[in-house]
Amino acid sequence: MIKDTSKVNPLENEAIYIIREVAAQFEKPVLLFSGGKDSITLVRLAQKAFYPAKIPFPLMHIDTGHNFPETIAFRDRLVKELGLELIVRNVQDSIDEGKVKEESGRYSSRNSLQTTTLLDAIEEFKFDACIGGARRDEEKARAKERIFSVRDDFGQWDEKNQRPELFDMLNGQIHLGQNVRVFPISNWTELDVWSYIERENIEIPSIYFAHTRETFLRDGLIWSSDDDVVYRDENEVVEERLVRFRTVGDMSCTAAVLSDAADIASVVQEIRDSTISERGARIDDKRSEAAMEKRKQQGYF
Amino acid sequence: MEVLKIATAGSVDDGKSTLIGRILYDTKSLTSDKLEAIEKTSKQKGYDYLDFSLATDGLVAEREQGITIDVAHIYFSTQTKSYIIADTPGHVEYTRNMVTGASTSQAAIILIDARKGVIEQTNRHFFINNLLRVKEVIVAINKMDLVDFSEDIYNKIKADFETLMEKRDYQDQNITFIPVSALKGDNVVHISKNTPWYKGQTLLEHFELLDTEDVYNVGTPRFPVQYVIRPKTEEFHDFRGYAGKVYGGELSVGDVVVALPSQTKSKIKEIYLYDQSYQTASRRSSVTITLEDDINVSRGDMLVKVDDLPTIDKQFTATISWMDSQHLVTGNKYVLQHGVNKVLAKVDAIHHKIHPDYSGIEEHISALGMNDIASVTFKLNKTIFFDPFKNHRTNGSFILIDSQSNNTVGAGFIQ
Repeated sequence: MIKDTSKVNPLENEAIYIIREVAAQFEKPVLLFSGGKDSITLVRLAQKAFYPAKIPFPLMHIDTGHNFPETIAFRDRLVKELGLELIVRNVQDSIDEGKVKEESGRYSSRNSLQTTTLLDAIEEFKFDACIGGARRDEEKARAKERIFSVRDDFGQWDEKNQRPELFDMLNGQIHLGQNVRVFPISNWTELDVWSYIERENIEIPSIYFAHTRETFLRDGLIWSSDDDVVYRDENEVVEERLVRFRTVGDMSCTAAVLSDAADIASVVQEIRDSTISERGARIDDKRSEAAMEKRKQQGYF
Repeated sequence: MEVLKIATAGSVDDGKSTLIGRILYDTKSLTSDKLEAIEKTSKQKGYDYLDFSLATDGLVAEREQGITIDVAHIYFSTQTKSYIIADTPGHVEYTRNMVTGASTSQAAIILIDARKGVIEQTNRHFFINNLLRVKEVIVAINKMDLVDFSEDIYNKIKADFETLMEKRDYQDQNITFIPVSALKGDNVVHISKNTPWYKGQTLLEHFELLDTEDVYNVGTPRFPVQYVIRPKTEEFHDFRGYAGKVYGGELSVGDVVVALPSQTKSKIKEIYLYDQSYQTASRRSSVTITLEDDINVSRGDMLVKVDDLPTIDKQFTATISWMDSQHLVTGNKYVLQHGVNKVLAKVDAIHHKIHPDYSGIEEHISALGMNDIASVTFKLNKTIFFDPFKNHRTNGSFILIDSQSNNTVGAGFIQ
């Protein structure tokens, strides 16, 4: 038996507390799972929160159809190993139903189209709480996000009318039709997540580690050309590079970074030394200075 | 890993955002893409210096008005600690945000403009941090570059603040004065050559040396049950675990505990965190506890040590901070959330309003408006198990929820 819990990470204690509040305060929670490191960390925290019982809510993946194949394979394996329920809803279906229109051209991405599919799925399953892996350190609009963030019938975020959160107390009371987005790792930084993955020995998709890949350069960023998802001009030259992905979003909006970090310890060291922010490799945030804030008001995560 | 959460308070234009930006810059926490964005925007605005406030002012509305309108969280770390800064706005109408930021912080920075000295706003910032019993307060006397780094001015402001300190209720609060220039970087991270008369630490050095455990409330252990874990699998057929977080003190295997409200006694059998079992659950840890006896415990109940019971009552008086535009009036009913426990509460009496600028109290009050602080007696529909706020920061606080809007409309600190 271990002596005491004083060495346990205070951020882990906080996240477990939040996840338990979700299970206790809501009738139909769901964990939004993207296959990225943040949502994988959430799954581990949820396991810890309810052990030896199973996680008492399903996982849901909003699949843009433009995910890295490694992510999808990883997702399916994880769900099977842990005996979890996984719901998948596809952006392609929303496109086929004419609810959203695919973007075209150089910077086209399905990233913002996810919002419609997500809101439809929340309505379909009547989810009242959606747990997500967003962190306040990622982006300045997210820095103002609450842990329990109330969304209206249209999934919208009203940043001027947020509930104050005092001490540990989380107010999850909502009206019918509203839902709450919950962010248990709000207070974690990118380095905190990586250090946790290292210490807990959590498995993550291979694309987070250095590998050779066919890529091309645009706007100073490195894009994957392994597939036909990312739009590429004739004059954009394909070259093989040693890269890894620091964030795993859609292929169309996630750039790679040059890296030889082939294992978790070197990734942690790389993040420690890094001078570029994580979302610096996300083209979706670069559209305007207030890109994230606008997307959040419309119901994006 | 140590985590220190710091709340900041200052009036508009005291340079709060600049100070935070300066800390980030000098600790090399600003990434190159963020720094680039700051350089670009500063240049566009025609400044001949870097406008670090752009590092924290996040929302579009704020950038338009040039003010911070809500609590923003900023993160950085050193070799010693991880820091979370809750940047709360300083203007009069946003008392609620300051209360919110202070409630989760172990330290606070109060900014004073060296040219203006202690003003009414300073009184409010100090009052709130003292009311919320924030253990460590740093009084950063800023814009020293604009007063020629004058020791006399610094001493005058310090003396004024010390006069204010005589009025405080929570006497054990540690207060430290530091002369700084956020814009130029004096005494923020690096010690300044411009203040040879100042023998103390820089702002960051002070935080680096703080014992984060010491700043937490050490009280008696309280274990509010969040969730009952019943796996009902073959392996854990009879497992019945109580999931929750330990507040104040610690709980160990073998401790005799009482479950409230039933007042049934039992003994702690096991303490789990995931698949590991522990001898002791330290304060602030999220664990799962099993008991020797099969007693009835559900969410909202509380496990406490047998020789250390909290007050068990259906009525109490508290200092409350009102946060809603709808007034609080005697006779109104609210949902009262105390930890994870929810009961109905009726406003029995409003005793007096407390002016948060230390200018006294106001009696014969019939209603409370947004940002008012007052002493109020509540009657509850069920008993709760509480401690006075001065003894237990967690078990002595609560929030009020409007059952029509579901919004959090107030916070209270039990007297």
